[in-house]
Amino acid sequence: MSLAGTTGILEGVDRGPVVVPRRRPRRRSYLPYALLAPSLLFLGLFTYLPVVRVIVESLYDHPHGTGAVTATFVGLGNYTKVLADPAFRQAALNNLVYALGTLIPTLALALAFALAVQRSSRFSAVLRTVFFFPSLVPLVAAASLFFFIFLPGIGLLDYYLAKIGVSGPNWLGDSDIALWSVIGLTVWKNAGYYMLFYIAGLQNIPRDTIEAALIDGANAWQRLRYVILPALLPTTSFVVVIALINLLTSVDHVIVLTRGGPSNATNLLLYYIFQAAHENFEIGKAAAATLLSVVVLLAISLASMRIMSRGSHHEA
Amino acid sequence: MRLERRLWQALGMALLAAVAFLWATPFLWTLVAAFRPEGAGSARMASLMPDTPQTLENIRNALESGAFGLYYVNTFIVVVGVLAVQCVTVSLAGYAFARLRFPGRDVLFYVFLMQLMLVPPALIVPNLRTIVDLGLYDTLPGAMAPYFASAFGTFLMRQTFLALPRDFEEAAAIDGAPWWAIVWYVLLPMAQPGLVAFAIVSVTAHWNEFLWPLMVINDPAKHTLTIGLAAFTRGAEGGKEWGVLAAGTLLVMAPLAVVFVAFQRRFVDSFVFSGVKG
Repeated sequence: MSLAGTTGILEGVDRGPVVVPRRRPRRRSYLPYALLAPSLLFLGLFTYLPVVRVIVESLYDHPHGTGAVTATFVGLGNYTKVLADPAFRQAALNNLVYALGTLIPTLALALAFALAVQRSSRFSAVLRTVFFFPSLVPLVAAASLFFFIFLPGIGLLDYYLAKIGVSGPNWLGDSDIALWSVIGLTVWKNAGYYMLFYIAGLQNIPRDTIEAALIDGANAWQRLRYVILPALLPTTSFVVVIALINLLTSVDHVIVLTRGGPSNATNLLLYYIFQAAHENFEIGKAAAATLLSVVVLLAISLASMRIMSRGSHHEA
Repeated sequence: MRLERRLWQALGMALLAAVAFLWATPFLWTLVAAFRPEGAGSARMASLMPDTPQTLENIRNALESGAFGLYYVNTFIVVVGVLAVQCVTVSLAGYAFARLRFPGRDVLFYVFLMQLMLVPPALIVPNLRTIVDLGLYDTLPGAMAPYFASAFGTFLMRQTFLALPRDFEEAAAIDGAPWWAIVWYVLLPMAQPGLVAFAIVSVTAHWNEFLWPLMVINDPAKHTLTIGLAAFTRGAEGGKEWGVLAAGTLLVMAPLAVVFVAFQRRFVDSFVFSGVKG
């Protein structure tokens, strides 16, 4: 159902709804715009105006956020400042590691879970709930839980590791490990959500395809590699996009757990922006960094729209 | 051969059950720790075995010291406020895109589509300045405003309307019903499943939201649950009130968890559809 819904959205642009034009009285001609006006007002205020704002603000220097009166035009000065800022570079690099380090295990687990629980039985239903549940709780609550799990010595992880004679590292305090701890939390939180898409995707694979492979004597691995994975390609590319957008735009756990530390080891782009604007009041820098991340978001989305529209043609 | 197969199957089930247990561990711990008496000592705090006697002390402490009662009210206002406005904006826009033909429709459709990529969290900095300009800083409406238009909701309602038969509307139109009567009395009642799906996704998203309200709201009396919990967590950092922290986390998660368990199917279906929202 999901992919029918999602690809349907893109298809609809070309096709358009079926209408019977001659029944439409002329006096209604302003009606469509009036109906769209409330949405357009808010889209304008909070989706388009902000883009214009960051473009303008990123070109000015705003000493301590005092507003436009004292701002001086600095051209691309903020961009050079941001790109030269070691903290920004670190955040960009971290975000890349974080995105890939989270994406790959999350997708692998999501698919494994989906394959394991796709059959309808009571046991599967319980497992589905268990795997999905983390995606229902606030990221902040997940962070609070993992705050205790990662606690050195007496935390859940160290407590049980000690029982099997292993002494864990300082999960959030060691700058080599902290980012991976955050990744672990994120994988736990998201895998069950993407599992839902894979379950839906698996249900859309025609039974005869798999049965044909069975008759040809394909073993489980061959069925997965040559039948199931190719058939799930549209699902995968779709999930990759929403996952990447999510990994670039949520930092609640970083705010609660590490505040980007230790020594910027868990600083992510959005956290850098948040810090620049909210704590250091460097409006120009925050605006330049925001625009850079907007460009990345758009690039991901546009690339995905290409891939997805191609994918849906293959399907049809 | 068949025995071997069965054995593998049993092994697979056992492995799966073990992974599921691991997955559920953080929640199991929350449940156990939230009701664990304070006297149990912090060394045993991580244990997953429930202690007897159970106590409600932690819950009471969390409610009092964290002002969670107030946070519930604020979160409720934000969630309901966002949803109420969204229902109006997405129904109207969804109707326009599904049933009316007008110049610029496809362009406007893309104007909506962009919101799926330019997600509000990416635009917190400029949006905060807009909120300040509008005089909404440090108010609950300020925490809601960027979500009043929803591309996802508009698409969902458009799809829902498109799937409805036209006969009823046409009959109503022949009877001389104006467009708003057709939407209100004919289309919306039939589009209820779409609205419910949207409501589930919207409520979950805004119940769980943190970063934007954190930026907009300053006054502790207007904090939402997630802001309260974050402050609470950082407060507990030095201390050893893990039971109270677990209780606070439980308080934040419980309402959605209860609703989820009650309406599991609907939740799952809505979330599968919500992938568009990202």
